[in-house]
Amino acid sequence: MLDVAKIRKDFPILSQEVNGNPLVYIDSASTSQKPKPVIDTLVNYYSGYNSNIHRGIHTLSERATEAYENVRVIVANFINAPQPECIVFTHNTTEAVNCVAYGWGRKFLKSGDEILLTEMEHHSNLIPWQILSQEKGVTLRFLPITADHTLDLKKLDDLLTSRTKLVCVTQMSNVLGTINPIKMIAKAAHAIGAKIIIDGAQGVPHAGIDVQEVNCDFLAFASHKMLGPTGAGVLYGKMELLEAMDPFLTGGSMILEVWKERATWNKVPHKFEAGTPDIGEVIGFGEAVKYLQNLGMENVREHEREMTSYALEKLSEVEDLVIYGPKNPDLQGGITSFNFKDIHSHDVGTVLDQEGIAIRAGHHCAQPLMRVLQVPGTARASFYVYNQKSEIDRLVAALYKTKEIFQGVGS
Amino acid sequence: MSAVEDLYREIILDHYKNPRYKGELPLPALKVEGANPLCGDQLSLYLEVREGKIHELRIRTLGCSISQASASMMAEAIKGKELKEVEELIEGFKEMMLNKNGTSMSAEKLGDLETLQGVKKYPVRIKCALLPWNTLIEALKSIKSQKPAERVVME
Repeated sequence: MLDVAKIRKDFPILSQEVNGNPLVYIDSASTSQKPKPVIDTLVNYYSGYNSNIHRGIHTLSERATEAYENVRVIVANFINAPQPECIVFTHNTTEAVNCVAYGWGRKFLKSGDEILLTEMEHHSNLIPWQILSQEKGVTLRFLPITADHTLDLKKLDDLLTSRTKLVCVTQMSNVLGTINPIKMIAKAAHAIGAKIIIDGAQGVPHAGIDVQEVNCDFLAFASHKMLGPTGAGVLYGKMELLEAMDPFLTGGSMILEVWKERATWNKVPHKFEAGTPDIGEVIGFGEAVKYLQNLGMENVREHEREMTSYALEKLSEVEDLVIYGPKNPDLQGGITSFNFKDIHSHDVGTVLDQEGIAIRAGHHCAQPLMRVLQVPGTARASFYVYNQKSEIDRLVAALYKTKEIFQGVGS
Repeated sequence: MSAVEDLYREIILDHYKNPRYKGELPLPALKVEGANPLCGDQLSLYLEVREGKIHELRIRTLGCSISQASASMMAEAIKGKELKEVEELIEGFKEMMLNKNGTSMSAEKLGDLETLQGVKKYPVRIKCALLPWNTLIEALKSIKSQKPAERVVME
């Protein structure tokens, strides 16, 4: 169990009023808030040992390099990667996916090959594959979702063929909260000789992951959704794949030797980290991972299961509210999407904002999924370690107020 | 009046609940589409100009209350008007929404449109209110130049 009252004291941003009401921040699936130890780490870095890494021979550079490289070890440990070198730092999840699309896909996929995605992918795990498909003549196929908003696994066998070379699937839907059986999907993908990339942007912060147990080939996620700073993302890859891949971004510090007309690449992971990275932000990310490890990822997941369960119970009592997702806290992370039948989600978002409640409204960078759900957008509440049930009560009260304002609409 | 009540004024909600000139017009009426990708607002404006006047119009919208109410109010305000008057109104409305000090256009001329001023307190929603108007601008441009209208995308 999490001691939420104690945790909240670590998040300075939470103790403020927004539009005259105490802030209820339930938009952590967009970006999470940052605890004091993470903020302090950034301040300490910039005020104590800010310097460039991997190139200086002075003391500050050594300190920065050591702190930065130590985060690779922390992250590897967090996701149970076999070695720290399998951890490539990017700037965000999107860049990590692009790294695979350009570095692996462009090199190894050819016309006639197929990529299997799902209908619930975030644009970040879709657009890079669309570009690749247009460039290489690769066909994109999509695993549909069922009426209860889980993946239609019965169709998996039919969609996985000898032509399938890659499976792209999210660990947890950023709209529906659906937690996907990635271990089973990875096994099915490997059985036909395909690779699998997991979009862990939502899943890793809320449920953690064991990359060796799941046996995924690639995993992409980001610091800012798991209590860390923006500007730090992770691409995990199996070592042999990372070694075989081309670099996505090229330039400074990813090289071994450079001549006028050619160059050789640095070893993995440095081959993928061109240019000066977000050093302080990566170091802050390490602190965020430690914070989560201290809480225990099982406790994090359990807390969110409770929050989701309570939210589903209370939201289902609100008349005319349509709730999306599995509506089952065992199959769902701390994300709940909903809509009033005749009120646009942005109007819901504006009224809630006036009550001091921060939610996300719109298409959530998942327009193909919105088409499947046949809505232009949804309102989404997403919870994290610092949220409490009383905030869900505030949400529900504000939804009643929204309903009152828009009374008679659509009737 | 609280900020949210000021935003969702009764007149605005009335236009949202009962949108004026809702629907489509058959060819040869001009059709121009507008979209606000951030919100997912979509709008189709059907316009028929005869003898320099807005002879007939219809609007099909899918979007939030602000874009729909703005579209409905716009339709009411321009129906039957001469294009020159319509252009003045566009200018006055945009000035009201985008200029810190508001517009010099009289409240009488603005009519219901004045109530959309409350949207100014919500900078992210201003685009919603402007979508129908920018689509109208594109429609008038197309009529004047006799070139096909382009899809309007709010940025």
